[in-house]
Amino acid sequence: MDHKTDLLQGTLDLLILRTIALAPMHGWAIGQRIQQISKEVLQVQQGSLYPALHRLEHRGLVKADWGPSENNRRAKFYSLTKAGRKQLEAERASWERLAAAVAQVLETA
Amino acid sequence: MGWLNAVVNSARSLFRRRREEQALDAELQFHVERQIEQNIGAGMSPEEARYAAARAFGNAAVVREQTRESWGLGTFDVWRQDLKYGMRMLAKNPGFAVIAILTLALGIGANTALFSVVNAVLLNPLPFPQPDQLLTLHESKPNFEQGAIPYLNFLDWQNQNRTFSSIAISRGFAFSLTGIGEPERLQGEWVSASLFGTLGVKPQLGRDFTSEDDQSGAGPVAMISASLWKRKFGGTPDVLGKAIRLDGRDYTIVGVIPASFNLRVGNFQAGDVYAPIRLWGHPGLQNRMAALGLHGIGRMKPGVTLEQAGADLRRIAANLASAYPDANRGTSANVMPLKQSVVGSVRPLLLVLLGAVGLVLLIACVNVANLLLARSTGRTREFAIRAALGAGRARVIRQLLTESVLLAVAGGALGLLLAWWGTRVGLAALPTALPRAEEVGLDGRVLVFAIAISVLSGILFGLAPALKISNAELHDVLKEGGRGSSSAHHRVHNALVVTEVALALVLLAGAGLMLRTLARLWSVDPGFDARNVLTFDLSFPPSLMKAGSAAIRGYLRNVDDRIESSPGVQAASLLFGAFPMSSEDDWTFWLEGQPKPQSASEMNWALHYVVEPGYLKTMHIPLERGRFFSDQDDERSPLVVVIDSVLASKFFPNQNPVGRRIMFNGYDRPAEIIGVVGHVKQWGLDSDDQNTLRAQVYESLRQQDDGVMPLMISLGLGVAVRTSSSVAPVSAPAVAIMSPPAGGMAEPISRSLHGLNGEMVVYDFESMNGIISDSLADRRFSMILLGAFAALALVLASVGIYGVTSYLIGQRTQEIGIRVALGAQRRDVLRLVLGDGSRMALIGVAAGLVAAVGLTRFLTKYSLLFGVTATDPLTLAGVAFLLTLVALAACYIPARRALRVDPVVALRYE
Repeated sequence: MDHKTDLLQGTLDLLILRTIALAPMHGWAIGQRIQQISKEVLQVQQGSLYPALHRLEHRGLVKADWGPSENNRRAKFYSLTKAGRKQLEAERASWERLAAAVAQVLETA
Repeated sequence: MGWLNAVVNSARSLFRRRREEQALDAELQFHVERQIEQNIGAGMSPEEARYAAARAFGNAAVVREQTRESWGLGTFDVWRQDLKYGMRMLAKNPGFAVIAILTLALGIGANTALFSVVNAVLLNPLPFPQPDQLLTLHESKPNFEQGAIPYLNFLDWQNQNRTFSSIAISRGFAFSLTGIGEPERLQGEWVSASLFGTLGVKPQLGRDFTSEDDQSGAGPVAMISASLWKRKFGGTPDVLGKAIRLDGRDYTIVGVIPASFNLRVGNFQAGDVYAPIRLWGHPGLQNRMAALGLHGIGRMKPGVTLEQAGADLRRIAANLASAYPDANRGTSANVMPLKQSVVGSVRPLLLVLLGAVGLVLLIACVNVANLLLARSTGRTREFAIRAALGAGRARVIRQLLTESVLLAVAGGALGLLLAWWGTRVGLAALPTALPRAEEVGLDGRVLVFAIAISVLSGILFGLAPALKISNAELHDVLKEGGRGSSSAHHRVHNALVVTEVALALVLLAGAGLMLRTLARLWSVDPGFDARNVLTFDLSFPPSLMKAGSAAIRGYLRNVDDRIESSPGVQAASLLFGAFPMSSEDDWTFWLEGQPKPQSASEMNWALHYVVEPGYLKTMHIPLERGRFFSDQDDERSPLVVVIDSVLASKFFPNQNPVGRRIMFNGYDRPAEIIGVVGHVKQWGLDSDDQNTLRAQVYESLRQQDDGVMPLMISLGLGVAVRTSSSVAPVSAPAVAIMSPPAGGMAEPISRSLHGLNGEMVVYDFESMNGIISDSLADRRFSMILLGAFAALALVLASVGIYGVTSYLIGQRTQEIGIRVALGAQRRDVLRLVLGDGSRMALIGVAAGLVAAVGLTRFLTKYSLLFGVTATDPLTLAGVAFLLTLVALAACYIPARRALRVDPVVALRYE
């Protein structure tokens, strides 16, 4: 049983929110997309992805609807709620602050 | 609003569980299929694609579980799941469940019962408003810390104190009630008008006394108890203003005291009637020398401390001592919190018992842990498979703890029932021993306690097996085929047996010491022969009080004659003043030829018995010198006294006191000592030796002054009678729970005295053995409870040892089979099997002895022992022997079964 630290968990949440910001997506596609865009650097484990999605759904940050998938099966599509959009902006801002600060330290210290 | 969403979603998910589970399955299923599609698209064969997708997905069960946990209230669901599973496991093995639950019910029940007693007696505040402000007040004298307060001194305390919002005084009194049905004796109290106001008790009906009621010349008024109101006045409100005839005088009823009023402290005892003390008319009320057994209760003003209140009263007492040196020199004031006065003496006892019953629960826990451990061996494989399927260690421990807490809670629920029943039965069987017994019951705090100890013990006995199972090495277990037989395992079992034996030994040692204490006390010579002695009290027709002393003397002779001629009576004596172990009275004196001391406090004190010539023959007190009173010592002959050996050796060392004379304080003539009798243990079998007031002096009742005669009639007299037959079957006295009943003598004596005058009340028949037994009630109470706990511990421990031994022998069936097949004799096998068990028992006994020596010290510290030391070798050796014997028997039974093992069957086990 791999326990994620808060940082990792928060990061995964942020990535998910960002990924589904443009269009509703199902779980498999979200994982694929993160992997693709990060050029295979970020491998999302199913054991983390689905708990994260359900957690976000429970917090009301994303909502889910069943709909036909690209291969015409029933799939669960996740999209951002209003609260999720706000949360995305907030987390994104704080992530950028953090990243900038870490970069600053690495460069000058 | 995020949290609200979460709550709503959690609640929703709880109700839509099944649908959500299906949805999750569908979602994950879709994920895998999409992956397979992709893999095929990438050129894999369908089969390859499937394997690759499954590998990439990982452990589906874990993903599902973790996702479910994120649904919120996940913990709750897991609990529910564990609970359901736990119940299924218990139902599958009902024998185990029943034994475990019963064991725990006994342990938790005993603890809850005792806690409910501790809760009611020690923890709960007294049932009065602001009970912390209430104090008992006493006048301290050279002899007593807590002496009675003369009425005039009380009035000064009342008027001059600055720290009390009110103080009150009371004095128990037995009234005879006439005019409503049969004459009867009512327990009552003379009180100052302020008593109920001080306590904060409001009458249920009518009004409280006012200070006008307590002025001389006020019309007689009384308050009655709710029970008397119901019994004699039908519980109707028109009782107010009615008259009640007490001791021949009509009192107007002004109020009814609620039934909830129940106070017992010192000499005060909630009774049936209360009347203002001024109405008593006792001449001693106007005499600062006469204390009359009055004790006070006070309520401090808010914010006043115990020390300030004590200092305030001591200041007044000091002023009184200089203002009235004759009466008050050497006296001061003593205050004590009311609660401490009510329950003080039983506190150490209850704490010791609480400790003892805690040990019983520990043994019960060890027992159940043992059972669980044995069972867990059978389940090692189950848990190995769970672990292989991805169950984490914490998860497995949680599952196991849920099961054990489930057991404990079931045991606790049953235990609560046992406690409820046990306290009722127990308190009914052990009367008088415990203050506030009527307040004992199950309240919120007891309930919380029961739940808390249930859950705690569930965790305690569940933890060892849970840790053991979750530690098991997967591969080894799966390889071993489910038979855990590591030696580490045996070590845990053995440690549990040792613990159990040790705990049981501590309890047995405690109970043994208490038993020896009681046996020692019963063999103490009280200074008289209690067998076949019956005592009772008399109250006289009120009209007799004004009949004149000559008539009273004649009447008392008639009473004597009637008692002595009753069938079966060998000797009898009327009593006034002190009586061994039940009432006390003291007097001051000085020796003739010495100057009269300045004040009473500088005189010599002695216990003061006023008896008749038959007393010595009744009580079988040995006469050491001279003679006892005879019929010729009467009001016309010179005043004579008899002293006891303690007074003789204290004031007449190496001299013959017979013929010497003493001066009683307040008497106008000297009294000649005519005899010396043996000392009687006035203060009880255990504490008489430590008391400072032990010297005893006897006066003849017939020589009492004319002025004393009406007083005796108004206060009533005691009677002691020696009967020819046994008064009551004397069961083994050390363990008798109830005081022996008075037997069949009471009826004829009452009838004969009623023949003399129908208005006489004959009451409170009690055998002298009963009085002695009552004086040991505290000790008997603790001995019985400690004994019961020890017996429980012994049973639990022997069941535990039996269980472990049979389990371990069961595990070795195969080994025994091989040994027998190879030619081992039965004796060898028996020695092998018994050796292990007895070794554990002996180690346990040794450990228990060490612990017992450490713990029984508390019995000495709280002075619960008498005549034995806490390390009494006989007791310790006895219980060690008993426990070893029981342990060996518990090992022997399963060992014999092992002998019957057929080697062929045993070997085929593989």
